[in-house]
Amino acid sequence: MATPLNHSATADVVMRANALFEDLSFTSAREWKAAKSDRKVIGYMPIYVPREIIHAAGMLPLGIVGGGDQLEVIHGDAYYQSYICRIPRSTIELGVSGRLDFVDGMLFPSICDVIRNLSGMWKLMFPRVYSRYFDVPQNYRDDIGGNFYINELAEFRHDLGELRGKPITDDELRHSIAVYNENRRLVCDLYAFRAERPWQAPAAEVYLVVRAGLVLPVEEHSRMLRDYLAAARAEERPMRDNCRIVLTGMFCEQPPLNLIKSLELSGCYVVDDDLLLVTRWLTGGVEIEGDPLQNLSFAFLHHSESTAAKYEPNQKEKGQHLVRAVKRTAAEGVIFAAPSFCDPALLERPMLQRVLKQAGIPYIAFKYAENSGQMQPIREQAGTFADSIKLWSGAA
Amino acid sequence: MKTFVGIDLGSTTTKAVLLDEECKVIGHGITNSRSNYATAAHVASQEAHVDGQFTLFRRALTDAHARIELDTFLGALERAFRLEQFLEQLDDLEQTCIGQIRGERFAKVESGVKDSLGEVFRRLRREAPELYAPGAKRKSDFFRDIAGSRYHTHAEEVAREANLPYDLLLNVYDKSIIEVENRPPTGKLSDKFRRALARVLTTEPSIKSAAADIQKMIDGALAVDLEETYLVGTGYGRVTLPFSKEHIRSEILCHGLGAHLMYPQTHTVLDIGGQDTKGIQIDADGIVTNFQMNDRCAAGCGRYLGYIADEMNMGLHELGPMAVKSDKPARINSTCTVFAGAELRDRLSLGEKREDILAGLHRAIILRAISIISRSGGVTNEFTFTGGVAKNEAAVRELRKVIQENYGEVTININPDSIYTGALGAAEFARRAHLGQADGSEQ
Amino acid sequence: MTTPTKFVTSRAPAKEVIKDASMVKQKEMMAAHYDRLTSAPETGDKVAATFVPGNLNELIMCFDLLNNLPEVNAIQNGLRRVSGSYVLEAEKIGHSEDVCTYVKSDIGMMAKGNIAPNGRKFPDPDVLLLSYTGCFTFMKWFELLREQYKCETIMLHTPYMGDGKITKNMIEYMVKQLKDEVIPALERVSEVKFDIDRLREYLKKSAKAEDDLVRVLQSAKAKPSPIDAYFGGIYYIGPIFGAFRGTQDAIDYYRFLREEVEDRLAKGQGPVTPDGDMGKEKYRLVVEGPPNYTSFRQFWKMFYDEGAVVVASSYTKVGGVYDFGFRHDPDKPLETLAEYCLGVYTNRNLPMRIDMLVNYVNEYEADGLLINSIKSCNSFSAGQLLMMREVEKRTGKPAAFVESDLVDPRYFSAANIKNRLESYFQMIDQKRAGADAAA
Repeated sequence: MATPLNHSATADVVMRANALFEDLSFTSAREWKAAKSDRKVIGYMPIYVPREIIHAAGMLPLGIVGGGDQLEVIHGDAYYQSYICRIPRSTIELGVSGRLDFVDGMLFPSICDVIRNLSGMWKLMFPRVYSRYFDVPQNYRDDIGGNFYINELAEFRHDLGELRGKPITDDELRHSIAVYNENRRLVCDLYAFRAERPWQAPAAEVYLVVRAGLVLPVEEHSRMLRDYLAAARAEERPMRDNCRIVLTGMFCEQPPLNLIKSLELSGCYVVDDDLLLVTRWLTGGVEIEGDPLQNLSFAFLHHSESTAAKYEPNQKEKGQHLVRAVKRTAAEGVIFAAPSFCDPALLERPMLQRVLKQAGIPYIAFKYAENSGQMQPIREQAGTFADSIKLWSGAA
Repeated sequence: MKTFVGIDLGSTTTKAVLLDEECKVIGHGITNSRSNYATAAHVASQEAHVDGQFTLFRRALTDAHARIELDTFLGALERAFRLEQFLEQLDDLEQTCIGQIRGERFAKVESGVKDSLGEVFRRLRREAPELYAPGAKRKSDFFRDIAGSRYHTHAEEVAREANLPYDLLLNVYDKSIIEVENRPPTGKLSDKFRRALARVLTTEPSIKSAAADIQKMIDGALAVDLEETYLVGTGYGRVTLPFSKEHIRSEILCHGLGAHLMYPQTHTVLDIGGQDTKGIQIDADGIVTNFQMNDRCAAGCGRYLGYIADEMNMGLHELGPMAVKSDKPARINSTCTVFAGAELRDRLSLGEKREDILAGLHRAIILRAISIISRSGGVTNEFTFTGGVAKNEAAVRELRKVIQENYGEVTININPDSIYTGALGAAEFARRAHLGQADGSEQ
Repeated sequence: MTTPTKFVTSRAPAKEVIKDASMVKQKEMMAAHYDRLTSAPETGDKVAATFVPGNLNELIMCFDLLNNLPEVNAIQNGLRRVSGSYVLEAEKIGHSEDVCTYVKSDIGMMAKGNIAPNGRKFPDPDVLLLSYTGCFTFMKWFELLREQYKCETIMLHTPYMGDGKITKNMIEYMVKQLKDEVIPALERVSEVKFDIDRLREYLKKSAKAEDDLVRVLQSAKAKPSPIDAYFGGIYYIGPIFGAFRGTQDAIDYYRFLREEVEDRLAKGQGPVTPDGDMGKEKYRLVVEGPPNYTSFRQFWKMFYDEGAVVVASSYTKVGGVYDFGFRHDPDKPLETLAEYCLGVYTNRNLPMRIDMLVNYVNEYEADGLLINSIKSCNSFSAGQLLMMREVEKRTGKPAAFVESDLVDPRYFSAANIKNRLESYFQMIDQKRAGADAAA
């Protein structure tokens, strides 16, 4: 049993993170901005932007990952056909309803055609906001893709410098890289801890705590991560007879919190996932000494997560990141959960499944939407999966 | 006098509107669409003529300051007229049934069946006046519905009495009813009115004193030829409309113009029908400037409520009243018809209250409709809501809320005759076409 | 993503289809190309598969490679009405019903023997040239094919014109990829040494054909328009968007086509439809989005029966935008290839696409914009409702929206589309009448 004191320590952190999660008006970011007259907020969508540059400009990077299941989408739906996923609708709803009226810039990473086109829509709908399609190279050679990326980063750095009225210095960048290195290390620690003792770091809690990093200043988020990790380590919670799974496909449109909870309730401990990849996109630290943009580029090209939005030049490497994740976390299976109409996740899925099949790793697949209301089919599938894994491992 | 007919062929009902040269509505008519659009159009149009005839009677009697209780008289006249129509169709049905008595099946019992059929129709005729007595409730105004159930009752009795297999009588009826239904009544309308008037004059002693005056005025009104000058058809079944091309207008254009005639200040029209949802923007002349419909996916249309009703084992008309009871609507994000049942069961099993779920469903439908409106350009001025769902109080309540939340104070019009919006627009197109403006514009 | 090129197939139509001479000529070219492709195992020719947007045909020819375009094959399958079964086949083996049906038609076709329109088997590609331009799905498509064919795959990444301009950085990145990745890999696969002068020759030929193509497309500014720039336009773009750009065949074809169109123009004739000469031109439309291929003729008929002619379309720009001045330039061979890829329609950001459509509505004196929104193609479709609104606002002309799919027959609802089109045409009538009355 947990001691009351420890229990309240995790609960406090989670409660705070949950309040941030539920706040569709981004009050904390608004307050941050209002505290000083020259502060600016730069929004970004999944999957990755170098937040270090925004931070170095003294601005707040604000992760926008849709509206979840509590936002009523009216005007957003007016812009999209029924066969397009939910995240651009709810993002537009957030914009049209004034919930993002304090945001000074928006970044649309290169993840798929829908988000790409949204970048142009934003330019038209919110002409006073700095908005940028954030392109990244699909060529991973330093002298080719690297040079392109460094120039793109330089352009972005220049734009933000203009926006604040003062160029961003290398030292500012170096400092920000260090701050984010620390944050990434903490997120990775949390993931490692959960992989080791998933009953002490339930997936929904980990999700909320990591997600707080999308809206909080990074320093504050690092404190939150430390607090949660300390409290979670200290708190004994009952271990259930769950199987261990890796969750994949959720890198853009977010699943409802209920879905994550449902997985654990149905007998699956989540030991790794691809949620909120921006918080740990760069694997390992970014070099601080030297040219900061070059260092960011190097990390992007050679030490970044694998995901469907990236081209894999090496056929043999295709899907191996998933196999490695399963091995690293001692997972027993993989759950493919993709948003409906998500091109990257759904086109990638058959390839990943073949790799898993070859590696003898069991998997299931289903689709969701950020506003899915029904968890029953998901509970049933995840529950059956967990049972079959137990039976299978029992028989082995 | 010149009249202009607009016909809106819907998937379930067909509506007609009769306009005069001043663009005044003189008659409405409605009938079930059947499998035969040509008949449906004809019947609806004739119904509108009947209604128009009553308008003329009322005008004539009002102008003449007839010393009678106008509504009572016209009510009686209408019942008598419907009775005449019913009797005429019974005759038709009987003749048709007799014609069906042939073939091996009837070889030995032909005369017995004929006699029994005669008896069934005698009984039907005998009780017919009761069906049209003051205050009598008919479950439907369509001939097949009224005649069908009574025929079955009588045929069963008569067959028993005559020791004949009941299914023989059933067989001739089944073979005949569709034919009769798809054959528009043939008799002259004015004859039926005269017979009806005679019936009223004999049964309503209160107006006897004015009988001569009334007779004169009715004759005068009947003498006016409601000439069908131009007809325009529209509707869901437009592709197979039984009219030539110059007599067809798009349902969206008709709907927009119809709403404009009802509410000249309206700029935005929302129509939620069984199969689709339409958002229409019109200008100050009722000309459509933009329209949007639900895409391929029919989520959130009237049919969705039908599925919900089936799933909950309730009548469609019971959904609204139950939903209105909720003060805590559930949040329902999907109006996908395919998943409606599963979502409902899931929620019920989680202990959510029926009324809250229903209220949530109504809100979800309205949210979807308003996003179609938003797609068409939003709400800028008076807003008109039409279609079957406009009769649902829970849907209307949510619509008012959502409009208020998104567009502020806006006048929302819901016309009790909103089912005739498309037909009204079509009739006006007919009137304009006749005025030599085949393009449909006003001067 | 989507592609042009339509040609009449061996399937006997119910009624004799009327074709103009250029169509017959084009059919012959295409048939010859398919014969060359399917004879590759015997001739020893090597095959490169690539995409229509960002199609580097001139470069491919420098290595004596045959160009096979899976999008075009998917279109063929759509027109021949076999794509439906291929799509189902792909879904059966695990591909989501949500994703692009070009991909699924291609994968389903492979699963069912990879038979070309001439009835012979397609050769396996020797190289997949992943020209990643304006469509995310391309990348996954060739990763999927790479699994199957296990052949060399070359990525050429075209950055997106997110800010509506081509930057020096973009060109340098692309030229560097061409020089250091694409060309060496093609040399390796083909065992042919790269000769930049050969490339220049092809580029010179490309520009010639491009001139004539533009003349043809711009003939639609006339009233009546001698061409339909969407349904007919799809025939016209076939050779230049496919395996013929940079060839003498293409030059000959486009000269021939231009002369044919100029002749119609001189005679004041309208477009040729499958049912013969079109009647009186009543409506002039600009169309955004690809067509539906499984019911192509039925869809077209809904237009010409009403006297509607398409005077400009964005779809005829997916394999290259030439009508604003760009031509392949032999003086800067690699840069020009980069510029070409960057400029294709779906690689332009939404404000640029809107500008183009507004320009078309105005320049071609159209009555309005019609969007055919394609379920498969988010690159085209995401944002089209905003585009519609903007074009309406800027031109004052009404727009309409219909939905279908490229090669999935399940997503073509004729009654639904016809209903909307007819409403739209009548709305245009009303607006005109209103304008006349006001005048």
